Parts: sequence; C-alpha cells; structure tokens
Amino acid sequence: MKKHLNTLFVTTEGAYLKKDGQAVVVSIEKQNRLRLPLHNLDGIVCLGNIMCSPALMGACARAGVSISFLTPYGGFIAAVNGYSPGNVLLRREQYRRADDPDSTLHIARHFVSAKIANSRSVLLRAARDSRDAESKSALQSTAKLMMRNIRAARNATTLDSLRGTEGESANTYFSVFNQMMSNRVKGMEFTFRSRRPPLDRINALLSFLYSMLTHDARSACEATGLDAAVGFLHRDRPGRPGLSLDLIEEFRAFLADRLVLSLLNRKQIQARDFDVTESGAVLLKEKPRKEVLAAYQKRKQDVITHPFLNEKTTVGLLVHLQARLLARYLRGDIDDYPPFVWR
Amino acid sequence: MYVLVTYDVSTIDKEGRKRLRQIAKICLNYGQRVQNSVFELLVDPAQWAECKAKLLEAYKPEEDSMRFYYLGANWHRRVEHAGAKPGVDISGPLII
Repeated sequence: MKKHLNTLFVTTEGAYLKKDGQAVVVSIEKQNRLRLPLHNLDGIVCLGNIMCSPALMGACARAGVSISFLTPYGGFIAAVNGYSPGNVLLRREQYRRADDPDSTLHIARHFVSAKIANSRSVLLRAARDSRDAESKSALQSTAKLMMRNIRAARNATTLDSLRGTEGESANTYFSVFNQMMSNRVKGMEFTFRSRRPPLDRINALLSFLYSMLTHDARSACEATGLDAAVGFLHRDRPGRPGLSLDLIEEFRAFLADRLVLSLLNRKQIQARDFDVTESGAVLLKEKPRKEVLAAYQKRKQDVITHPFLNEKTTVGLLVHLQARLLARYLRGDIDDYPPFVWR
Repeated sequence: MYVLVTYDVSTIDKEGRKRLRQIAKICLNYGQRVQNSVFELLVDPAQWAECKAKLLEAYKPEEDSMRFYYLGANWHRRVEHAGAKPGVDISGPLII
C-alpha cells in the first residue's frame, strides 16, 4: 500500500534546491535553510522563480519524487518525472479505451456523476450549516436540481450531452456559491467562474487550489503507471494532463471548494490578501498563499474511510487510490470503476 | 515510525574522525540532524533496517557506541523542543 508522503512547497523567490546525499537541501541567499531526506517526500512543488540542480532532478527521478514548476500563482509550467513506471500494457489499454467512444463514455459518466454528486453533498452540507433561511432553501432546491443532473449524467448517451450536463451542473452549482458562505464581506463575492485569469478573489483561490489538486493527480497517474495526458472526459490537447483533470473532477468540490469556503468563513483569507492587476486579473499575495498551502496540506492529512475500499486513509491519498482503482478497472481486475463519492 | 539515533564516536585518532563523518552522513540520508550527534529519522521498517545495517557496519564496537530510541507512530507527543534551532516537523506542512 502506498504511504501518504509529504509535499515540499518552495515559494521563496530565488531559492536554490540541490542534492546532498539522499536529501534535498533548500538554500536561500547561499544559506542552507532546510534539509529533507528524499524518502520522506512524494513531490516538490516550486512556485515562482526557483532553481533546481540537475543532480537533484536526477535523484528525484530515481527516488520517484516528482518536481513541478509552477507560476507564483499556481499555473503549471513543467514537471520532471523519471521513467514512467508500471506496465506498458496498462498504458496501451488506456489508449485503446480512450480511442473507443463507448468505453470513453462509460468511464467519463462515472467522473461526471461523481463530480455532481459530490458538489451536491457540499451544497447540502452548506444548507445544513446555514443560518439564513433564504440561502438554506436556495441551496436545497439547487441540490434537488443536481439530483436530476446526476441521473442525466448516468444515462448520457453521447460524450457531448454528458459534457452539457456537466457544464449545466457547474453553472447552477456556482450560481449559489455565495449562499454557501456564512459571513459575506464586500469584495469577496463570487460572480461567475472565471479563469486564465481569475477575475475575482474567490476565483483566484479556486484556481490556485485546483492547480495544486492537478499536481497531485498528475503524480498519482505517474505513480500508478497511467498516462496522465490521455483522458476520457477531457480530450487530448498538447500540454494538458487530461487524465489528471478527469480524476480531479471527483475532488474539486469535496477538497478545494470546501477548503475555500472554510478559509473564507474563518476569515483566514480576506480581501486585502489579493493583488488586482491592471488587466483585471486577481492574484493571491505571497504570505496568504503560504497560508492556503498550509491549510491544504493539513486537510490532506485528515483521516477518512474510503467509501468503496472501506479502509482508513488520508484525504491526500484518495486521488492515488482512485488512480489505482482506475488502473485495476482498465486491467480488468474489477468490473467497473468506482468513483469517489463523498457521504 | 520515528527513530532517534544518538552516537558517541571516539575521535582521538584519524580513523575515529573518519568514522564520525561516515556515520553522520548515513544519518543525514535518512533523517534530520537535531543536535550534533542526535538525529531524528522518519522511516518505514524497511528503510530502518537498511539504515541500521549501514550504521552497524560503519561503527567500531570497541570504541564507539550507538543508541536507538524507537518513538513509534505517535511520536508527536513524545518529542518536545526548547531553545534555539527547533527541528522541522517532517510530516507537517513543508513550505519555505
């Protein structure tokens, strides 16, 4: 069983990462600040202008530690991974299924219905906690709509209609996003989902966390021996990790959205924690970014029981487990892919 | 599991100083240095077996001594730090 290992985030501009023995050393202005054995790490995420020695990249590739280079705001630039592990037969099977419209639809249906089911659970959870009668009923009626969409997704006959259902659910879900916040502050309203660039503060937070999630899903695919680039719901596009994006659909609401809501409700993140650029793009400042990362890492260490495997795991390991379940399904070890549905 | 490794290596001769460096290097590959000859290692049983074998290979039983303290999985409540140079919590958020 894979263990939940830690991720090292480097956010200090100009930091230099090097290898020393079997460990990574972070040095800032020629001073060694941190030294960590590689076997304690699952991945290294470099945000912003971080340098990395070739020797370290090699050692990480050998030790199975993935290194990702991201923009300061979480946009993905590049990753260093070693040889793809696992089985070429598994990857071939993945490609075959991805080329077959029926199989693709079958798998994509699971991703989408689980995504809608999990966002519905988030809505219902927020409705239970809400003190405002009006938001409560709005959330509950949206949850009802979502129930219909789950059925529509399960019975979708074409990929396009499935994507339509997904888009519609996302729209209705985000239309009541404001109602899920318990204390609404000026400047912290959600308008509509915008990305590249995010146009308001909440979108900036969401986008940032989704990137972190994608990084995790990508390493989960790599570690399982799946090709992170070939997805079922997401079509191939150069540079797009299609399968990682497929896998995170189940987790967006459960992990990222709920974390955003609790950060806002606890006032851990406030309006002054963002920069608004001239183009209208909204970006997280450096210090609150660290706070968000810490909250995300902490959340990943929470223990939950996996609904399908019925085993205790950490939240951070869930995406790895799902990648493995998908691989087992592709290999034919289990009859169907069980997506992660939060109860 | 969490293991605390401490050692005393005789440094009167050149050989001893060499052993000291070797042992420190092995420990550094598996864990973090918390004091001069005190290391904390977060390892799984296989990694620990590997590390221990290397350490016992490197030391000289007649002159040096090594002590291993097993702090188990619930080590968080068994470790307390006071004063300068606090260690890093390897299982906590690692953000720099």
